[in-house]
Amino acid sequence: MQIEPIEVLDFLRRFPPFNGLPEETLGWVVTEIEVGYFKADTQILELGQQVDALHVIRSGAVDIYRRNGELYNKLSEGGFFGEFGLLRDGKIRFPAKAIEDTLIYFLPVAVFNKLFDEFEQFADAVEIEDRTRLRQAVARREDANELMTSKVTSLITREPVSIISSASVHEAALLMTESSISSLLIMNPPDHPKANSVAGIITDRDLRTRVVAEGLPYSTPVGEIMTEELITIDASQFVFEAMLAMLRHNLHHLPVLQKDRPVGVIAISDIIRYESQNSLFVVSNIFRQHSVDDLKALVSDVRASFIRMVNEDANSRMIGSSMAVIGRSFKQRLLELGEEALGPPPIPYCFLALGSMARDEMLIVTDQDNAMILDDSFDPKLHDDYFAALAKFVSDGLDACGYTYCTGNIMATNTQWRQPKRVWQQYFTEWIDNPSLEGLLHSSIFFDLEGVWGKTEWADHLNDHIVRKARQGKRFLAAMSRNALNRTPPLGFFKDFVMEQDGRQNNTINMKRRGTAPLADLARVHALAIGSKARNSFLRLDEIIEADILPRGRGQDLRDALELISMVRIRHQALALERGETPDNSIAPENLSEFERKNLKDAFQILSNAQKFMKFRYQGAR
Amino acid sequence: MYLSTEKIKTDIQQIDWLQLYQQRLASVKDDRLTSFYKAGTFAPDTPIKAIPFVAVDFETTGFDPKRDGIVSIGLVPFDLQRIHCKGAKHWIVRPRTTLDKDSVVVHGITHSDIKSAPDMMRIVEYLLKALEGRIVVVHHRGIERPFLNAALEKRINEGIVFPVVDTMELEARLHRAKPLTLWQRFRGHTLPSIRLVDSRERYHLPYYRQHHALTDALATAELFLAQVSHRFSEDTPIRELWK
Repeated sequence: MQIEPIEVLDFLRRFPPFNGLPEETLGWVVTEIEVGYFKADTQILELGQQVDALHVIRSGAVDIYRRNGELYNKLSEGGFFGEFGLLRDGKIRFPAKAIEDTLIYFLPVAVFNKLFDEFEQFADAVEIEDRTRLRQAVARREDANELMTSKVTSLITREPVSIISSASVHEAALLMTESSISSLLIMNPPDHPKANSVAGIITDRDLRTRVVAEGLPYSTPVGEIMTEELITIDASQFVFEAMLAMLRHNLHHLPVLQKDRPVGVIAISDIIRYESQNSLFVVSNIFRQHSVDDLKALVSDVRASFIRMVNEDANSRMIGSSMAVIGRSFKQRLLELGEEALGPPPIPYCFLALGSMARDEMLIVTDQDNAMILDDSFDPKLHDDYFAALAKFVSDGLDACGYTYCTGNIMATNTQWRQPKRVWQQYFTEWIDNPSLEGLLHSSIFFDLEGVWGKTEWADHLNDHIVRKARQGKRFLAAMSRNALNRTPPLGFFKDFVMEQDGRQNNTINMKRRGTAPLADLARVHALAIGSKARNSFLRLDEIIEADILPRGRGQDLRDALELISMVRIRHQALALERGETPDNSIAPENLSEFERKNLKDAFQILSNAQKFMKFRYQGAR
Repeated sequence: MYLSTEKIKTDIQQIDWLQLYQQRLASVKDDRLTSFYKAGTFAPDTPIKAIPFVAVDFETTGFDPKRDGIVSIGLVPFDLQRIHCKGAKHWIVRPRTTLDKDSVVVHGITHSDIKSAPDMMRIVEYLLKALEGRIVVVHHRGIERPFLNAALEKRINEGIVFPVVDTMELEARLHRAKPLTLWQRFRGHTLPSIRLVDSRERYHLPYYRQHHALTDALATAELFLAQVSHRFSEDTPIRELWK
């Protein structure tokens, strides 16, 4: 009985790339089609929107735009769009608008993926641009000494499905249908000299061309129709090698083997999806966005790249600096957009990043700490409206992108932190020459500063000024170290964990407040004391070790402690993100393994000892 | 006099479907109908964006529900976002009346087609399941509801009621609100056609061949989406549309 909507079927038969599909495939495709209507002048797809289907125009006319708003293409009956989003991360790259009353046939993503995997002609028609992109990605990967040196196994999403070579094609087809897969690994039988190893592969297409078209009986053993001399990749090889193998042999499926045993099959779409989570990709994307809303749409990419680095065993420095680069890029792009909207700045300025971003130690849960240095010709009456508006634009934009407002109000929106260069120099002179505990309590963050936009050399001048003055300031160092002791590691008298008692997070330890923050404070005090210009805590510790001011071996211990506590914190956040929860810094020790607990205790002990040493060194014995 | 006609009109318009379903549920004997009414219908204020619809089309041997029978049934589920071909159904059934030559010309279903087709009762369970919990959309409500009612009465002695949205009636509201004046008639004006094909054309929907029950159901669903996007809103309450 005819259950396909005939009109839909007839339409697909007329237009590429569908007209190249076999009749039985088309018969199935039409039963999966969805239909929608868009009145003239309505938006069909917004930039960054999640796309769940290939959009095929049945009637009407649609304009496709680039992300900067330029018209990219005009499509009419038979035209399709949305494929770039489907091939990458499911987000719309090219917004679409109906310019006439338009009827759309939607090809759901599952159908699209199946056609893409199985029919080269279809894949070629929808992926031309993505092929070039993939090739560029490979080229980029080959010459860059990147942190993403990940193994192919990271792409495997399910156990491989296989069948023995003596099974019939009918059994194979049943198994493929049940498991909803388009390719099936064929294994040697147990009596074969290479028992339990892969003999070959079959795809949906093979069933069609080698069985049905040839008129073979359903009882034909799969071993007779499979593709032998399989091209495979070893589980220890890298993703870019898989990319190269697939491009070289024009494959859509690549089995992954571990000691001759199959551990999975990767498809070309897996690689394209993976590539779009690269943190470099995220950064280049940031600079291509044209509004705060566009930027906001990238937040999930940022989180995905964070999770991916954690899963690939990147260390805390790689992750911290990647996240800082991303955060800095958001800031820079927002400033560009702000200057576009408000016009060029009336006088030169420098936008500052403070705290974890300046230290390259940014994670996923972070607030914004920023400030502005203005040219000394600054006249509040003439200029401040502009800079206040710009600061607000950036600060609101950052908040929208997940960098929440600073609770201590250390932001350029605060007049106090939006001042000419000479005022900034006075601030630091005052802090260093006349240190008070209260004065420094909230300003230690200013001693990690970096220029991210505009006259960035002014930030270097300020840093020089700080380094010159700080090492001489005995009282200043004493005050800084006193403040650095405010936050202590969670070790009680019995050397066991001490829990936060803030009511909400009972029986947890705040890994930032009790761990990474006091470690960063400690490294800062020593770094200021030795006149180091480094900002990253690991680099500071390196210079501190070189300056030989700590007891032998303690510097290395501190590095290890910092890495360990940071990674516990990072993994905790990645896990929360993967579960769809809001990441935070609170760890319940009962959720840690015995091994981790022991290591953490050791790390906190090292921090505790280092704090005692700092107290002794800068405050003297009192 | 004027007032009382007005009152009757509003009474007809405001059938309390929820209550009617409850009454029927209490009185029907057939399991399939019990299940149908149990699924209930929607409160009159429900915005149409929250309603699952199903477009239905019957091809019949003629226009009189008492004398003529159903030869094919097409339906496709949808909501305001999308029409779902995945849930589409099409059945050819054997009418108890004879096929006359005229209707064969219209729907193209021949004697040999229906000789092998099942009786309506064999598919009624699946048909009612497909309508359950959805609002039925048809083009010209003079066919599907009365024919289904009559078919059930003939076979199980129990009829069926349900609200329908009639896309033809929605077109009529726009184009038949006022009859032509004498002057217009004199000038040779005619009223715009509210047939399915012509109505679709006004919304720039593509031409579909007619009189295949599934295609007509799909065509009706598309027409309804177009009517909503041009003339109503997704927040329009269902009471303004159903009859």
